[in-house]
Amino acid sequence: MITQALYTLRVVQSGPLALLVDAGRFGVRHLGVTQGGAADWVSFSWANWLLGNPLNAAALEIVVGGGLVIELERDATLALAGADLQARLDDEPLQPGSAFRVVAGQRLYFQQPRNGLRAYLAVPGGFLASPVLDSVSATPREQLGGHQGDGAPLRQGDRLSWQGVAQEVRRLPFAMHAAPPFQGDCLALVPGAQSAHFTGASLFRAFNTPWQVDNRADRMGVRLCGPRLECRLHSMVSEGIPLGAVQVPPDGQPIVLLNDRQTIGGYPRLGALTPLATARLAQCLPGDSIRFVVSSREQALARYRACLAQWHVQAPRPLSRKS
Amino acid sequence: MHLDGHDKMGLPAPSAVRIELAAMDVLMVRLFDSIDEANMPWLVAADRALRDAFGSALIDLVPSYTTLMLHYDCLTLTHAEACRRIETVLADLTPADAELAQRHEIPVWYDESVGPELRRVAQRAGISVAEVVRRHSEHEYHVFALGFAPGYGFMGLVEPELATPRLTTPRRRVMAGSVGIAERQTAIYPLLSPGGWNILGRTAIPLFEYARRGEPLLNPGDRVRFVPVSREEFVRQGGDTSPLEVSA
Repeated sequence: MITQALYTLRVVQSGPLALLVDAGRFGVRHLGVTQGGAADWVSFSWANWLLGNPLNAAALEIVVGGGLVIELERDATLALAGADLQARLDDEPLQPGSAFRVVAGQRLYFQQPRNGLRAYLAVPGGFLASPVLDSVSATPREQLGGHQGDGAPLRQGDRLSWQGVAQEVRRLPFAMHAAPPFQGDCLALVPGAQSAHFTGASLFRAFNTPWQVDNRADRMGVRLCGPRLECRLHSMVSEGIPLGAVQVPPDGQPIVLLNDRQTIGGYPRLGALTPLATARLAQCLPGDSIRFVVSSREQALARYRACLAQWHVQAPRPLSRKS
Repeated sequence: MHLDGHDKMGLPAPSAVRIELAAMDVLMVRLFDSIDEANMPWLVAADRALRDAFGSALIDLVPSYTTLMLHYDCLTLTHAEACRRIETVLADLTPADAELAQRHEIPVWYDESVGPELRRVAQRAGISVAEVVRRHSEHEYHVFALGFAPGYGFMGLVEPELATPRLTTPRRRVMAGSVGIAERQTAIYPLLSPGGWNILGRTAIPLFEYARRGEPLLNPGDRVRFVPVSREEFVRQGGDTSPLEVSA
């Protein structure tokens, strides 16, 4: 057996939040275990694609950036995709959506976001970590997964390792940094759930007014500010909550539920954002303005399939876990 | 399924059967409109049958009090086929045998140092703390759903006299093993987390460790009885006696 060399990086200084993610935890929602995983699964997949990795290989989700400094301990090829966090390799600016060579001793710097919120750093073959319930995604609230197995995000002094070499270094078929800003996005929402119980005026407002992303936004959910939406259902028995669900608590301000959401909940919902729209929302910053546009289930599926076709592979998530 | 009345075991049949769209690739299978212990044998049966019917095309199935949320693999199964499989399952559904439900006895150290709301619940009910302990531990509860945290089981129904609303301001830190009630439900916190339930005591049973392995101790449809134990017994079982702050 050939023992491959171990490549490592070290966190010189931690930023606001960086954590190990893969496509998430599936087949375990009935245990009360959340999904976790890359909130912008599209950018995460691109980061892996750039290195020829399996699309669900473990990568780092870097949120906001704000001072994260990483030192590479071996020569390697890495890839970065998603938000523009003013990343630099020593003094050299890095474009999001590119693979690049690093030599031992060089440092990666991440600063305040210029466009988007979450960047993904991929390494050849993915970071090494012990899966918990078949996923290495860190979910801090649940104390599951991550590089230490206890759900913790990266802290100063932590070291992460990987073993592979890049299978293939690719270039993006488009310029990610030239993509339109995430701000002002129209997000596709598939109506469903309790949408019929909202007043007509509220449904009209939901789809015809801009919504502002509140500063109460994290990996559990993103709160939106705008006109008050009213639902005729006042109390509801808790039920399962899908990714991207748009729930409306009694204050009438919607919350879009993301990867680290609770598994069940009792607020009425308008439906759910499509997987692609959920990934876009995960890149929005507090103060950004978004709109909801109605999407049929068929349209949503067609776009989802078209997105996956870019990578010519199956969806970046494992199939169900046999229990 | 016997939609008109009761099945042969006298259980009221699902009263509100609907399949609803929850997301692009997620369907909500609704069986009932309100919380009832008698729902559970139907939900348990539907959970098993849906898992069998979907096999590897099932990504996640989340049963709750009245519903089962089904996330299927939309790349291998069409929406129409998913609906057809659900309809077939529901048409043949018979409730699970309640006598075969898993039964658990959970040892609990009821004490005001680790159960700061024992007194609040007693005062509201107009009974003594000892009586709260007796009544909470006398009843056999049904596990309705798992959620909130890995391995956290929502159980009920707590008798109406003990029903107590959630704390106005949730605690930032509730110790693992804390046993609490909120309205007519009771639950155990599997791990240190924020929470607003009225805490009555603590168990040494490591619920989180079971959930972490993917084998939760409590599953929907299970029955649970709490057994009061002494401080010494609780410590012997490996329990942590650090007090729970009233407003931590």
